[in-house]
Order: sequence, then structure tokens, then C-alpha cells
Amino acid sequence: MRSERLSVRAVERVGPYRLLRLERGPVEPGIPGQFFMLRPPGRLLPRPMSLCLAPPGELWFLLDVIGPGTRALAESEPGGEIGVLGPLGNGFRLDVARPLLVGGGIGVAPLPHLSEQLGRPPAVLGFRTDFHAEAAVLVPSAEIVVEPTLVAEAIPDGRDLLACGPEPMLEAVRALAPTAQLAWEAPMACGYGACHGCAVEIGGRLARLCVEGPVVSAATEITTRNLAA
Amino acid sequence: MILNASGCLDALVAPEVARHLDSFVTKTVTPLPRGGNAPVRIAETDGGMLNSIGLANPGISQFRETLPRLAELGIPIWVSVGGFCADDYADLCTQLDAEAVVDTIELNVSCPNVAAPDEAAHEIVSAARAATEKPLFAKLSPALPDVAAVAVAAAQAGADGLSLVNTLRGLALDPRTLRPLLATATGGLSGPALRPVALAAVHACYRATRLPIVGMGGIETGRQALELVAAGASSVGLGTVLFADPAAPARIRSELLQAARDHGFPSAFAARACAHEDVCRVAAHPVALSANKPEEEAGLSNLKV
Repeated sequence: MRSERLSVRAVERVGPYRLLRLERGPVEPGIPGQFFMLRPPGRLLPRPMSLCLAPPGELWFLLDVIGPGTRALAESEPGGEIGVLGPLGNGFRLDVARPLLVGGGIGVAPLPHLSEQLGRPPAVLGFRTDFHAEAAVLVPSAEIVVEPTLVAEAIPDGRDLLACGPEPMLEAVRALAPTAQLAWEAPMACGYGACHGCAVEIGGRLARLCVEGPVVSAATEITTRNLAA
Repeated sequence: MILNASGCLDALVAPEVARHLDSFVTKTVTPLPRGGNAPVRIAETDGGMLNSIGLANPGISQFRETLPRLAELGIPIWVSVGGFCADDYADLCTQLDAEAVVDTIELNVSCPNVAAPDEAAHEIVSAARAATEKPLFAKLSPALPDVAAVAVAAAQAGADGLSLVNTLRGLALDPRTLRPLLATATGGLSGPALRPVALAAVHACYRATRLPIVGMGGIETGRQALELVAAGASSVGLGTVLFADPAAPARIRSELLQAARDHGFPSAFAARACAHEDVCRVAAHPVALSANKPEEEAGLSNLKV
């Protein structure tokens, strides 16, 4: 991993989301599913964001503006700088025979990079509204479903599933395919194992998602919230 | 001179960060393994962050197996220990006394996220003192009504130094639901909001004890570190800043030396406790008071970790 300050090239609208385009500098994009800690201007803590795509000379991050950190990132001006640490964590295994990408909502974020690395395999993406579904433009060959239809209803048999999305969607994918690879999320203060803030229950014990994930095999039991104290 | 605050760095996961420290302080070790508190464990607040990790650690037995790897860092290893009674601390110190690689033991008697030990700080220090000859630093809470009085009691019980300060208990609510953000409701407040609190505790405890002090609480720049040294700290601990900036140790070291020189001191340590002197030391250069943007001041951080 590497700590750098990267210039903001642009922030673009993609449906309700924002696409933060940074100049890549010397930073390696890493494996799809890995993430970076981005430092929002004026905030104390960085925010974990999976890499969306790495076009020549750039790093793209897809943001859902849900709080002060993502808002500060989304309001970055071109020419400004963002502190970036990464790539971090464990990404997707790419040695799959018949990949199918599965995404839900902002969980589409890491799939463009993954799609490119896997040679643009088929994808199924689910969204709350048609407006959210505009983000599907980032993923080639994607089949789109919009609620009340759920992605799990559109997944064909016999595929190696690589999924990122809300937890109910990941649980539904797990139920369909115990060999799936699932990308989870948790609040993180550091992203490199220092703060122990991103603990989730993995295989019955509390573990740091930044060290042991964020991509975890569906064969591994994982619970990220609502744990008994 | 520059350490990490306990629980703010895992040297086994990020040894390159730890090697930039003068000593590495472990996450607090308890007699038995602890999974820690349920998530959500962290939240950003205005001017700080809350954590409620709950002393997650593998327990002393498994921890001792990691000591050879920590020794490979090539810097002194401080082990932070925590328990729920004085006997716990005595037992932990007895075990660590046998480990040559352990340089110093920090007694965490002030975690805001677990039940407080039954005994007062001086009883814990006494029990630990009887169990080891290694240097003992007592880590105190800034929430004590009279932190200096507790520091004096710890000194009389045999503490060799003080670590000041631990976090302050705080609460953050979800702005949408008005429910606590953390699963345990409250957590320990760290970061910039803690800075003047730490400064006051270091100032008072230096005056009361003259013991070596690791000052910590919201330090983000060398300038801020110099103020803790001026108040009486002999070392500086970095905590929350490490989460956002793993390159902070080297940057703050260089900034601290420069800030000391700006005030006419040959070294940072030479500035120790100057806040207590009658002589006024005016900076040779205008002091940058907007010291909250470390990268802009120090240039690019470029640390491979």
C-alpha cells in the first residue's frame, strides 16, 4: 500500500451517485475488490472506497453521498488534492471459469474494474429505482433489474458468482452459491489493521474486515451488524 | 521520543509504520483472550472520533508467542497491559518480566470501554511493582477529578512514568435516527478535541511528579507535539493521526525538531517543561498557527507501508 496525495481531475454525476476521478500518480490500482482510504477535505478520518475503474492515468471511485465524508469527497474541486492510501485488503480471486458479476446499489462500485480484468463477463445489477440504475452504464454487458424485482431472482445457474451489494443481497447470493465471492463493508478508521474498528464476525469470531476481507468466500459465515453484545 | 498510542497501530500488520517510531507500544493485553465489543465500534465526531473496541486482544499466552516477531522491529517494545483487578496486573507483569524483549510495561488503568478495575491506580501500580523490575508507566484517564493526585499516588507506588492521556468517554448519535452510532452507545473520544485536555493533564502531572511522561491526545503536527513537550512530556504518543496518515511518525518527528529550533532549542527534548519556566521563549520566526493541515506543511507523504 502507498500513501499519496492525488489531484482531482473531475467529479461526475452517474444517476444519484458521484464518480470521483483522480489522477493516478504512482499509485497502483490493485486487484478488483481491494479498496483505498480516501481523505475527505476537512474531515478527521479517511473513508474506505473500492476502486471503480483504472483508466490510463486515472483512478475512479463511485460515491454514494450519505454523510459528511462522502459529501466532502463529492464536492472536491478539479485541481484539488485528495489523500489516498492503498490498495488495501483482499480482492476477488480472478481464477474463475464462468464468472458472473452481481451488484446491488452502490455495490456496483468495484464491478467495472472487475469486469475489465475478467474480460467483460455477464453481470446482473439490481437497483432501487431507474435513476439509481443509471450507474449500470459503468458495467458492460449488464442485465439490470429494478425493485421490486431482486437480483437473486435473475441469477442463472452454473456460474461463478462475484458479488458486492447490501447484506440481504449477499446473503441471497450465498444461499444460491456457497462458492461465491462476496465483497462486504464495515466502518473503518484506518484500513490497514491499526484501529480494530471494522470488526465483523467471521467464522464465529470477531476479526478485522480490512485484514481478512473485504472479499470473503461465501463458504465463510460472516455477520457485520446486529451482533449480540 | 515518538511512540504510538496503545491500540492505534498493529506492528505485525504494518511493520514499516512501526519502524519509524522510537518505541512501539502494543495494544493492551489482558489475561484472557477478548474478542472485543460488538460493532459498530467507531464513529467520527466533530473534532474527534469515538472508539469502543473493548480491549480486543489474544490474551497474554498467545501474545507472548508474537514477541519474537515484534523483536524483529529492532525498536524497544512497550507492552500495554489491562485487567480487572490488581492481581490481573501482577500476573501480567510477572509473565512479561520473564521476556527480555519487553522494554517497558504500560499499565492501562483507564480504558473507558470496559469495566474499571476494582482497585485504585496506586494499588494496581503497587501490585505490578512487586511483580517486575521493568519500567512501569501508568496510563491515566483525563476524566479523573484530580489527575495530578492520582499521578502522585502512582509515583509513590513505584511508577517510573506516566502515559497521559487515555480517551474521554463520549457519545455520538445517528443524525437520522437519533440513536447511538456505537453498539455500546458510548466510546472513547480521541483526536483534536482531546488536545487541550491532554495538555492540561501533562502540565499538572509534570508539576506534581517530575516523572517521565508520554504525552498523547490529538497530536497531528510537530508544533502540537512541541506544546506537549513544553507542558512536561518527555515523549509523544501518536494515536488517531496514524489512522489517516501512516506516514505521521516521520513527518511529526521532523516538524517537531524544526518547531523546537524555531524557539531556540537545540532539540525537542531541550524544550521539555519550558511552559513551567519563568523565562519566556519567543519563537524566532512567526509561528504557523493554522497547523491543522499537515500535508500542506510537510510536503507529500510518500511512505510505502
